[in-house]
Amino acid sequence: MNWISNVVRPKIRNMLARRDTPENLWIKCPETGQLVFFKDVEANQFVIPGSNYHMRMGATARLKSMFDGETWLDIGVRDVPLDPLKFRDARRYTDRLKDARTKTGMNDAVKLGYGRLDGLPVVIGVQDFDFMGGSLGMAAGEAVIKGLETAVDKGSPFILFAASGGARMQEGILALMQLPRTTVGVQRLREAHLPYIVVLTNPTTGGVTASYAMLGDVHIAEPGALIGFAGPRVIEQTIREKLPEGFQKSEYLKEHGMVDMVVPRQELRATLANLCRLLTKAEPGTAAISPAPERQALPAPSNA
Amino acid sequence: MRSYLDFEKPVAELEAKIEELRALSATGDNGTIGEEIARLEAKASGVLNDIYSELTPWQKTQVARHPQRPHCLDYIAGLMTDFVPLAGDRTFGDDDAIIGGFGRFRGESVCVIGQEKGSNTEARLKHNFGMARPEGYRKAVRLMEMADRFDIPVIGLVDTAGAYPGIGAEERGQAEAIARSTDTCLGLGAPNIAIVLGEGGSGGAIALATANRVLMLQHAIYSVISPEGAASILWRDTTKAQEAATNMKITSDDMTWLGIIDGVITEPAGGAHRDPAAAIAATGAAIDKAFGELNGLSRDTVRRQRRDKFLNIGRSL
Repeated sequence: MNWISNVVRPKIRNMLARRDTPENLWIKCPETGQLVFFKDVEANQFVIPGSNYHMRMGATARLKSMFDGETWLDIGVRDVPLDPLKFRDARRYTDRLKDARTKTGMNDAVKLGYGRLDGLPVVIGVQDFDFMGGSLGMAAGEAVIKGLETAVDKGSPFILFAASGGARMQEGILALMQLPRTTVGVQRLREAHLPYIVVLTNPTTGGVTASYAMLGDVHIAEPGALIGFAGPRVIEQTIREKLPEGFQKSEYLKEHGMVDMVVPRQELRATLANLCRLLTKAEPGTAAISPAPERQALPAPSNA
Repeated sequence: MRSYLDFEKPVAELEAKIEELRALSATGDNGTIGEEIARLEAKASGVLNDIYSELTPWQKTQVARHPQRPHCLDYIAGLMTDFVPLAGDRTFGDDDAIIGGFGRFRGESVCVIGQEKGSNTEARLKHNFGMARPEGYRKAVRLMEMADRFDIPVIGLVDTAGAYPGIGAEERGQAEAIARSTDTCLGLGAPNIAIVLGEGGSGGAIALATANRVLMLQHAIYSVISPEGAASILWRDTTKAQEAATNMKITSDDMTWLGIIDGVITEPAGGAHRDPAAAIAATGAAIDKAFGELNGLSRDTVRRQRRDKFLNIGRSL
C-alpha cells in the first residue's frame, strides 16, 4: 500500500462511480481488459461480448430480464425498525443507509416481484449487490421471508437471485437472526410442496450462504461467480497459504457438489422456466429451452 | 496457577499478598496474620465484585474467552450421567470441535451437542479451538434427527469464535452444513434449549442456537462477527476491537433488551472461571426450568412456538 493506492485510486473510483447510467461510455472487462461499449454490454444482459464475463446485474434489470413482457407486480415488505443499535463505525449506519438508498433508488438490498415467467406465475426475489454489498439485515430478511410467504399464498415457485457479502454488520446480532428467520420461510415453502430455486450470482458469501441461499431445491450458479462461506482473504489470513486457482468459483462448487449447474445468463430464463414447469408438473412452455444433451453412442462392448 | 486478565490487576495484587501472608503464617505462628488475611480476603472479594459488576463489552469478551472458563465437556461431566459420545457424520469424518451424544439430565434422556474449545494446548489443537468444520455440523444434524425420531430433547452448548475458515471446510460445503443445521433445529418436534456458554460467534453459533429457549451466561458474548473481525472490516483498523465490541451490542444485557435470548444465567462472583462448579450448577438449574416450561407441549406446538419466536425477533423493537 502506498499513497497511490490509498488516495489516488479511490478518487478515480469515486469519479467513475458518480456517473450514473453513463452514455457513450466504454468499460473495461475485468477479466481480459478489453474495452467494450457499455450499451452493448447492457443489451447483452450485462455479459461482456467476447470474453463472456458476467458483470453484476441490478435488481430491476434482473426482474426485467425474467418476467414476461418485462412486467411484474412489486411486492411490498413490512417496515423494520431503523438502526435499533444506534450503530456507528467510521460513519453512522443511518448515513450509510441514506446514501445507499439515494444511490440505488431501493429501500434495501432485496427487491421482490410477482409475475409470469414463460406463462407460469412465479415470485422472484433479487438481492442487489449495489445496496451495501447486498448485505443481509432486518429489511432484506423480511423481504426474503415475504417473498417465500407470497409464493406460498399464490401457490407458485420462488426464485431467488443471491448476491451478497454476508450479514449486515451494522445491525449486529439482529442481522445474524436473519439466518434462522429466513430458514423458517424456506421451511414453509417446502411444506407447501412448492419449488425453491436459488441462482447464485457474483458474489454470494457469508451469512446468506449459511442460510436461504444454500437451502434451495435446485442451486444454479452463474459462470465465474465467487460463492463461499468465508471470504478468500479471511481464509488466506487463517491458513497463511495461497488459495488454489478457481477456488470458490461456480465451476469449483459444481465440482464439489454444492450446485446443480452453472448456467450462462443468456440461458438462465429458459432454464428456470423449464425447471419451474417440471417441478410444478405444468405443461411445457414456449421459452426456448436448451437443447437436449446429445446422445452419446454407447461404447461397443469389448470382447477382449 | 490462576491467570489474571489485565483489568483484574487490583485483585491479583491482593491475592498475591494473601498468598505471601499464608506462606508466612505457615512458617511461624502469628495470630495477627490470620486477621490480616481475613481483612485482605474481604477486600479482594469486594474489589472483584466491583470490577465484575461493571464489565465493559470488551472486558466481557476477555472473560468469555478466559482459558479457565468451564467449557462444553465440563458442563457435560457436571450435568449428565450415563453420557455416550457419538462420532462422525457418516459421510466424510468426525469433527472434535463439536461434541455430541446422549445421556441423562436429571434422570431423563437428552441429546447434547456443543462446541468444545479445549482446556490445554493439546486439547485445543484436538478440538480445533472450538471452530467446527462441515463434518461437525453434519454430525449435529445427524444426532438431532436421531433425537427427534426418539422424541428426545436436545441441549445445545454454544462456545465458538465461529465456524472454521479453511480450504477443506469450504470444499466440503461449510455454508450448506451450517444452513442445514439451523434448518434441522427449526424442524425439531422435540423441544430444544441452547446455552451460550462463552462465545456465540456468528453462523457457527446459530447452527446450534436456534432453540425454543436460548439462554446465555451473564458474561458470555453473542455476535454476528468477532469484535476483531468487525474492526478489521468496518473500521479497517484492527486496534478498534474495543469500540466494535461496544457498538455491536454483544452482552447478555443487550441480548435481553433486543429480545434475542430468553434468560440470563448469573455467574459466580468474579466470573465462571473462578467457580466452575457453581456456574455449572446454575446452568443445570436454568436448563431444568426451561425444560419444565416446555414439558407436555405437543410436537407441533413445540415446532410452531420456536418458528414464531424467531419470526418475531426484531419486529417489536
